[in-house]
Amino acid sequence: MSHLPDQPDPWAFLQSHTSARIARGRTGHSLPTRALLDFQLDHARARDAVYSELERDTLLTQLQVIQQPVLQLHSRAADRQQYLQRPDLGRKLDEVSLSHLDLHLHLSGLEDLTGVGVDLGGKSVHGFDLSIVIVDGLSATAINRHAGTVVSRLAEEIRAFGWSLAPLCLVEQGRVAIGDEIAHALKAETVVVLIGERPGLTSPDSMGAYLTFRPQPGLTDESRNCISNIRPEGFPYEAAVQKLLYLLTEMKTRRLSGVLLKDEFDDNLLTP
Amino acid sequence: MAYRCTVRNFTYHFDDLKMLLAKATPLRSGDQLAGVAAQTAEERVAAQMALADLPLTMFLNEAVIPYETDEITRLILDTHDADAFAPIKSLTVGELRNYLLSDEVDTQTLTNLQPGLTPEMVAAVSKLMRNQDLITVSAKCEVITRFRDTIGLKGRFSTRLQPNHPTDDFRGVAASIVDGLFYGSGDAVIGINPATDHVRTVVRLVDMMDQIRQRFEIPTQTCVLSHITTTLQAIEQGAPVDLMFQSIGGTEAVNSSFGINTALLREGFDATRALKRGTVGQNVMYFETGQGSALSANAHHGVDQQTCEVRAYAVARLFEPLLVNTVVGFIGPEYLYNGKQIIRAGLEDHCCGKLLGLPMGVDICYTNHAEADQDDMDTLLTLLGTAGVNFIMGIPGADDVMLHYQSTSFHDALYLRDLCRLRPAPEFEAWLLRMELMNADGKLMPVKNTHRLLQAAGL
Repeated sequence: MSHLPDQPDPWAFLQSHTSARIARGRTGHSLPTRALLDFQLDHARARDAVYSELERDTLLTQLQVIQQPVLQLHSRAADRQQYLQRPDLGRKLDEVSLSHLDLHLHLSGLEDLTGVGVDLGGKSVHGFDLSIVIVDGLSATAINRHAGTVVSRLAEEIRAFGWSLAPLCLVEQGRVAIGDEIAHALKAETVVVLIGERPGLTSPDSMGAYLTFRPQPGLTDESRNCISNIRPEGFPYEAAVQKLLYLLTEMKTRRLSGVLLKDEFDDNLLTP
Repeated sequence: MAYRCTVRNFTYHFDDLKMLLAKATPLRSGDQLAGVAAQTAEERVAAQMALADLPLTMFLNEAVIPYETDEITRLILDTHDADAFAPIKSLTVGELRNYLLSDEVDTQTLTNLQPGLTPEMVAAVSKLMRNQDLITVSAKCEVITRFRDTIGLKGRFSTRLQPNHPTDDFRGVAASIVDGLFYGSGDAVIGINPATDHVRTVVRLVDMMDQIRQRFEIPTQTCVLSHITTTLQAIEQGAPVDLMFQSIGGTEAVNSSFGINTALLREGFDATRALKRGTVGQNVMYFETGQGSALSANAHHGVDQQTCEVRAYAVARLFEPLLVNTVVGFIGPEYLYNGKQIIRAGLEDHCCGKLLGLPMGVDICYTNHAEADQDDMDTLLTLLGTAGVNFIMGIPGADDVMLHYQSTSFHDALYLRDLCRLRPAPEFEAWLLRMELMNADGKLMPVKNTHRLLQAAGL
């Protein structure tokens, strides 16, 4: 029995039109060995991404250029197994992280902050223009690969705007909504949550960015704007940074976020 | 009403019917997340024992979601057929299991019984069943539907060809359709999930698929799985819509979160029927469901996810659908944690849907954050083949590059046909023979470089 590859399907030329796994050939009714193992490899990468962990030392080194304090926090999900089954726990900080955050606020005198960034209505007081929260999500691999570059570039542009930046937060076992709790505690007017997205079969390292104006606990997806698939092969870094800046500026101007904020940013302008 | 069961001198109490049903449900993460699951394995069996002793008539007296506040509860109770129920009206849930499994109950008996069963009765009895019971009962059912071909006949098994593309690129979609047709897929429907729910996109995709279907005279139906309101607009614009698609759930509240109710479904049903596009029948609806949808919309009322799921079937059966597809593992591990839970849920949904008279297919699937892999899908696929599933998905290489999850491939469908000696829908089978894609033994034939289907991608 020959171990050579099967005859290609006569419609293999159609592959140029789609990333779908078409024209993979067959042996009997089954997938040929090579196509089978290609699939298994992609799934293995996705599985490894789900169980990957934040490389904290590397990230901290990368983030040093921003010269911002970095708070290391953890959700109430104790481990990955619990994280996967209890999304509610991934949306809240654990006790240690809460006291860590309190202590930081106390030491920096933010506890009784007044008169900064007063809202038009005079009700809301904000200590910072922006809080950046970096979360492992479903793929720490995505964060390990992309967060350092994107955060550095974003912080650089934000400072050029003259905006104030809250301490960076690095969160383990977190979901998107945990950024609301953190940014609310930090009294930030806007938040950008960078999070590892659910790994796809051919994209184990997609990073998502979720933006909220006036974050507070209890908000849902309709209050957020999202940029998905940030990675060199997807939505490239610089395009993502420009779109983040566009959305943040719109939010600040129109004083809202989410479904009410119409995204008129033309992605095509950035990707030739 | 409260229920109880004593096991070795300890009495378990269950406050009401929905609590009893939830505690009796085989373990799954969604019920744990909702806080309604049994606390211990013993409590679960105690609940099953209490449930087994429950007279079926209790389900006509106590609703799990109040009649006054939920249109699906009203639908279930108002359409219950007392005459069909008569043969089993004196039975308990446990006795119903014995009855369904007994030799005296055959396909015709089960068909006659359908209007007498409520979703809650069916959910209850399924909670007492092992996987083999679910398969045994499913295999006795036969639910046949028709549009341009005949789906669900015994000894037959169909596939939805799912040619999704990340940007709805026509050539990309056509490439996957051609791939699927060469592998003998698509007799249930050629159905695409659009990347964007815009009327313009939907109309163009419907047009494009209809052109391919007509050009090659394929005896099947096409569908763009957009929201019902979008498809209604497409019909208004004159699009050649074969089937009306909609995702549905088992509570009025979850359906509200989907932007639908039974009145809107009726509107969609009427508009699609009026087009009279079917040739061998007029089953025009395609529904998708899946355990966990009510909980994810916070619309479950404390009812366990499997009972919610079966209540959705009451909505489906109002509209004599061509296809009902439970998308079993798409929702993620917080609802069905691993392969074991996904396999069980797939068999439950298929069995419960069939008992209620629905043409059940299963999207045998998982996401990358679930504790499952292609081996688990093989297991569920094989079990559903023996259970007589009406259709499964056919996706190039089992990898949906738009929705980012893994399902079953064209190869998987061929495997099941070979293994269980199942054939495609008869009209589609004749077409495969005519097109020299399959031989009389049901085996795929080698494709020549000159095959005329290869021109389809040039559309």
